[in-house]
Amino acid sequence: MVGKTHPEPGDPAAGNGILSRRIFLEGALVAGATSAGLSRGSAEPLTVQPWMKVPGPGFGGYGQPSPFESKVIKVFPPPPNPAGVGASRTPLHMLEGMITPSGLHFERSHSGVPEIDPDQHRLVIHGLVKRPLVFTVEALSRYPMQSRIAFIECGGNSQALNAPQAQPLNVAAIHGLLGCSEWTGVRLSTLLDEAGIEPQARWVIAEGADAAAMSRSIPLAKAMDDALLCLYQNGERVRPSNGYPVRLLLPGFEGNMNVKWLRRLKLTADPAMTKDETSKYTILLKDEKAWQFVFPMEVKSVITRPSPGLTLRGPGFYEISGQAWSGNGSIRQVDVSADGGRSWAPAALQGPILPKAPVRFRAAWQWNGGPAVLQSRATDDTGMMQPTRAQFGDERGLRGVYHYNAIASWRIDEKGEASNVYV
Amino acid sequence: MFTSKSVAVCVSVLTSGSAALAQSPQFGQSIEPADIAAWDISIGPDGAGLPPGRGTAIEGEAIYVAKCQACHGDRGIGPSVVLAGALVGGMGTLAPDKTPIKTVGSYWPYATTLFDYVRRAMPFQESKSLTADEVYAVTAYILDLNGMVGSNDVIDAQSLPKVRMPNRDGFIPFPRNPK
Ligand code: HEC
Repeated sequence: MVGKTHPEPGDPAAGNGILSRRIFLEGALVAGATSAGLSRGSAEPLTVQPWMKVPGPGFGGYGQPSPFESKVIKVFPPPPNPAGVGASRTPLHMLEGMITPSGLHFERSHSGVPEIDPDQHRLVIHGLVKRPLVFTVEALSRYPMQSRIAFIECGGNSQALNAPQAQPLNVAAIHGLLGCSEWTGVRLSTLLDEAGIEPQARWVIAEGADAAAMSRSIPLAKAMDDALLCLYQNGERVRPSNGYPVRLLLPGFEGNMNVKWLRRLKLTADPAMTKDETSKYTILLKDEKAWQFVFPMEVKSVITRPSPGLTLRGPGFYEISGQAWSGNGSIRQVDVSADGGRSWAPAALQGPILPKAPVRFRAAWQWNGGPAVLQSRATDDTGMMQPTRAQFGDERGLRGVYHYNAIASWRIDEKGEASNVYV
Repeated sequence: MFTSKSVAVCVSVLTSGSAALAQSPQFGQSIEPADIAAWDISIGPDGAGLPPGRGTAIEGEAIYVAKCQACHGDRGIGPSVVLAGALVGGMGTLAPDKTPIKTVGSYWPYATTLFDYVRRAMPFQESKSLTADEVYAVTAYILDLNGMVGSNDVIDAQSLPKVRMPNRDGFIPFPRNPK
């Protein structure tokens, strides 16, 4: 006989139906993955649809998603807060790959999104420099540029998981303050060299042109290392909600420091101790002390599919898909579990695997229709592994609000519904 | 010993090297510090950058009631806008196992931050509209409500950095920042 009529059992790689990642790595058949319980039946006869019979509409100046995708939108809380305060969140469960479409990139703003005329925008570099300098956007656009794919994650992402009881929230509501773009712009070091750094300078105070003039102190070493003044996001000019006409990118560092609508860089010997580096974005520990200046977003991962709201349709084969990232480097490994962390198997990592960029991971799962708890656990190339919620809490307590990066869990019930749980 | 020929070669290498340097882009326009003043609103914890002016809590109360209270609540407690947060109280709530109420009084390490932030960002709907005297006065009022200054204390560029905040030593560096 030609070909296999009966698939062989898949290689179980971990408990409760996690299969070997070989099917992603080798493109092999989904051996053993059946859709038992899901009656496939036979398909309806095919008819020719109306859109094949008349020409479709003509061209448009700027492409839009299909109207059938109108539910794929950012989510944000309704008033009472004044408009423009707080955050809108990326619908991670409805997206794939590593890049966030610019229109769906999360935003955290402190006083709305300013409408900036790029011809009137200015960036000034001053303080401990030999020559204070002013740049127009046009001038910035003339420098040699660089592109890099990098995530930006708000320091407050996933903070709902500090709550003592697991909240009935979906992946966007919990983890949606994460986005990744291809950012293009001018290296900050180029401009700081042009201004001439005084030897006493250690910090750069970055300030936005929004009504809050949001400002943060950034170590000069980071500014000179890989900081980028971004003019482009995913090939087009940076979106207003992400900092048009120019934003700071500090790869791997907490989102708030990647100042949007950048208007001013002041070199100083000491940090300014701004509101967003004292009152906010500091981590109150178990005792009365708080960590201040917590820069890297440490290694983390989240399963985006299955996840709350994406109900499984009966037992059978499912791909578990998610994102893993580290502000300290590249992702080396992601393990997945379907039994709440009792057993683990490595997921397939989708290239390219880039430093300080999210990696899409995939695992094959044969759901038997019974209860399961799905988890993912990332390890980066510094060797740091995502902690369990208990380990995370042991180190710092659960009062810290910011930089929550412990392993997250989705419980799948017999109906195939996913919910946020602690195990 | 170099021959005159090899010297000539060296010179020409140097010349073409400096020509390449001259081509490295320099598109910044120089500006005098005085011309940056309107934008230079950063205040250091040592008070560097604080403008002339003065205010007291007594003067600040009227400004607070008119321009801040609607969102931040009566006497800085019980904000109507959740994200605005309480500005007063929460003393002792940083203690282990308590639910922290982080306010200017209970959490902020420096009084200068209050001036810096209010001047740049508040009142929310019309930021940068207060005069320096008004910012000093409303700063004094919030510090007074928290028990850090007296109602008649003059708050200005000299006195503000000297206000000792209770949680001044509450912060420690994160041990895992990149070197
Ligand atoms: C329309 C509502 C509104 C008004 C009026 C208002 N604020 Fe605010 N305030 C906010 C919001 C919203 C935030 C949080 C902004 C953010 O997300 O960064 C805030 C933040 C603050 C903070 C930082 C609080 C913290 O704990 O980090 C201070 C201090 C403050 N405001 C002082 C003032 C003062 C003083 C006034 C009056 C001069 C004022 N505010 C008027 C809405 C308001």
